Amino acid sequence: MNVTPTLSQTEVYLSIKRSLEDGDRLASIFATDDVENGLLRVIYLTVSPASGRITRAMTTIDRYKPKLASLAALDFSAGRFEREMADLFGVELIGHPQPMRLVKHAHWPEEYYPLRKDAPKKVDFPPTSGGYPFVEVKGDSVYEIPVGPIHAGMIEPGHFRFSAVGESILKMKARLWFVHRGIEKLMENQPLNEAITLAEKISGDTSAGHSVALARAIEDALGVIVDPEIEELRICLVELEAAYNHINDVGAIANDVGLGIINAHALNIKEALLRINKESTGTRLLRGTTKVSETKFNSLPDPEKLGRIETDLEELVEILFSSSVAMDRFVGAGYLSNRDALRMGCTGYVAMASGIKDDLRDCQYPTWARPSHGVAADGDVLARLNLRIEGAKQALEIVRNISSRIAIKQHTQTSIPLPDPHDEKIGVSALQGWRGRIVHSVIVKDHRILRAKIVDPSFMNWPALAVALEGSIVADFPLVNKSFNLSYAGNDL
Amino acid sequence: MTRGFIYGILPVLQLLMLGATAPLVSGLARQIGAKLEGRQGAGVMQPYRELRKLFQKETLEPSTKSVFFTLAPYVLASSTAVIAMAGPFLATENSFSSSSDLLSVVGLLFLGNIAVALAGLDTGTSFGGMGASRELTVSSLVEPTILVAIFALSIPAHSSNLGAIAAKSISNPNLIFAPGSLLALAAFVVVVLAEAKRFPVDNPSTHLELTMIHEAMLLEYSGPRLGVIEWASSLRLTILLGLVANLFFPIGLFSTGQSPILLLVSCLVFLVKVLVLGSILSFAEVFMAKLRLFRVPELLASSFILALLSVVTSYFFTATR
Repeated sequence: MNVTPTLSQTEVYLSIKRSLEDGDRLASIFATDDVENGLLRVIYLTVSPASGRITRAMTTIDRYKPKLASLAALDFSAGRFEREMADLFGVELIGHPQPMRLVKHAHWPEEYYPLRKDAPKKVDFPPTSGGYPFVEVKGDSVYEIPVGPIHAGMIEPGHFRFSAVGESILKMKARLWFVHRGIEKLMENQPLNEAITLAEKISGDTSAGHSVALARAIEDALGVIVDPEIEELRICLVELEAAYNHINDVGAIANDVGLGIINAHALNIKEALLRINKESTGTRLLRGTTKVSETKFNSLPDPEKLGRIETDLEELVEILFSSSVAMDRFVGAGYLSNRDALRMGCTGYVAMASGIKDDLRDCQYPTWARPSHGVAADGDVLARLNLRIEGAKQALEIVRNISSRIAIKQHTQTSIPLPDPHDEKIGVSALQGWRGRIVHSVIVKDHRILRAKIVDPSFMNWPALAVALEGSIVADFPLVNKSFNLSYAGNDL
Repeated sequence: MTRGFIYGILPVLQLLMLGATAPLVSGLARQIGAKLEGRQGAGVMQPYRELRKLFQKETLEPSTKSVFFTLAPYVLASSTAVIAMAGPFLATENSFSSSSDLLSVVGLLFLGNIAVALAGLDTGTSFGGMGASRELTVSSLVEPTILVAIFALSIPAHSSNLGAIAAKSISNPNLIFAPGSLLALAAFVVVVLAEAKRFPVDNPSTHLELTMIHEAMLLEYSGPRLGVIEWASSLRLTILLGLVANLFFPIGLFSTGQSPILLLVSCLVFLVKVLVLGSILSFAEVFMAKLRLFRVPELLASSFILALLSVVTSYFFTATR
């Protein structure tokens, strides 16, 4: 098990700087409240995309006068993690270029820091307390288009403010954080397996990813070594989730260029997959399968059925790509440069489409299950779409391989007795969900969660959407947005 | 007596006929689209049910509206109704025919567009303004093409009256397959798609406000006024399909000298023609993606070139004959 060294703030700065220079990527920054010692402990995680190794560093600050030197200058996403921390713990950030609120909307009370252990259970939210104006773009014939938070489609709430001249977008500002459920607060004092059930609800489309990530973080904290067969079942679970999500989004992207027929067929394929999920795991969204050192399947998916799904998908993609008008919409739309994607800390298909090597499966999966990467990294909608198609095919193939490897055995695994630590233990995990890198960190004591920090890939990717839209036209926004397909709930915990 | 009577009531008959069947045309187009996509569909009668629903609802209106917002649906509906009465839909000639001049028909179509665009601007919402700006960009490219394409047909007919053009084609069927007419047909079909706010220019069924052209201007409408607009929009689609049918394939059109029984036949033929064209339209749409907004002018410009070529060809063939 890894130890987490306690360092001074300067040492943390130097350590993170070194890690980033070595090609590591910032994975998570979070605080935890230590009321007894009057401290806030701030924990920093970086992950190496080449080896999957997570490096930890910790520093402590005074709980009553919390001041933290900002790392925003080192990494853009560090600045966002710090702002989140400032909102939820009341930490004062020193040297932060944008020290304004991130998570908390304007009507949240000033002195209310929900993740502190002594935060009141209930506070009154005044109707309004101060505004939070958007930066106004001034100039001849610049106009603003406000969209949302309630949308015409069945999607999550988020407000987008476009400043446009004619059809060209000058600036897009997304205001999210309308779905703050306090998941991290709810995690506190949960029994371990209950916490994993809760993790399935972080973002409905990533139930498997988040539950496996949390289980692994808890196992890391407890020092449990998990049976390799359970690990394979978990891979199977995460890839089944990838398959149905990727196929769903291929249809949704086609729908946004008006090809409803492709969407209808993609939804058919997705439905077939959801039924396979139901048959194998008991739920369509792959819930209730994973506990600490345990993952259960009723049966493994039938490789033949998966093969048929792959054939159907290939046929559908062929039809989609034969439409020159659709291709014209995809090529060059929503361009995100490699430099911007890297600097903003993007992950998953958004990062890979811009030519960043960001796939933990390359080092975490058994050699025979590692996906090949052969998609052009042009940074546009087409590149992201191609990665989704490839992702779906890879997922189906991996699940097929696993199914045929461990087809005969009894798939119900009995849980291994857990060690019983009375000390606080920190555990971390990172895995490649379908959307990108999911990072979970937990502090565990007496079989309960003291603190859980969740990082959904959407948190890392949201700022890049605004960058990709620069120079786009207003009418292309839905298409570009769909090619990112970020979660609002996963971003806002 | 009968002759004059029929001549006199034909406009009303045409309006009733087109007005009553217009929702059916939209309904059929939607149902075919649904079936092709593998969906159940709401049935061909769904537009009628929607109209009934809308007319039973209360009217909600934005506080920023003015008289433009209030009147636009009626201007749109009445300008469209005038075309329905005057145009050569059931017969080549009727008591309103003098209004079915090419220029006045295009003018009436544009009047409806302008009214809705002003209403979009009137509410002061950014979607309304955005929609109006897009709508007028498209319209200003569409109207000249309609003019020029039909102008090509008017050269051999020596008249810019739509009824006269249709009558000439009936008396001389060779004209239907003249190169000028075929070119004009190609140009006309493209602009009909744009004018009817269909694929690949606009997506009539989208919910994405940012991509809308026509629907973006209508977002503030509700209740009966929305009903009027919906009805007028399907009437416009029917009229445009009817023009394609009767200017380029004027078979089965009633002319005032014939027996009144034939008028019934003409009604039936018209309905069949429009429904067939509507089906072809929705069939084609299923396999069509929506153009990038900035590509729309390219499409419309090329249809204008076709229309221009049709005029030149048509003039050449008529002059040398």
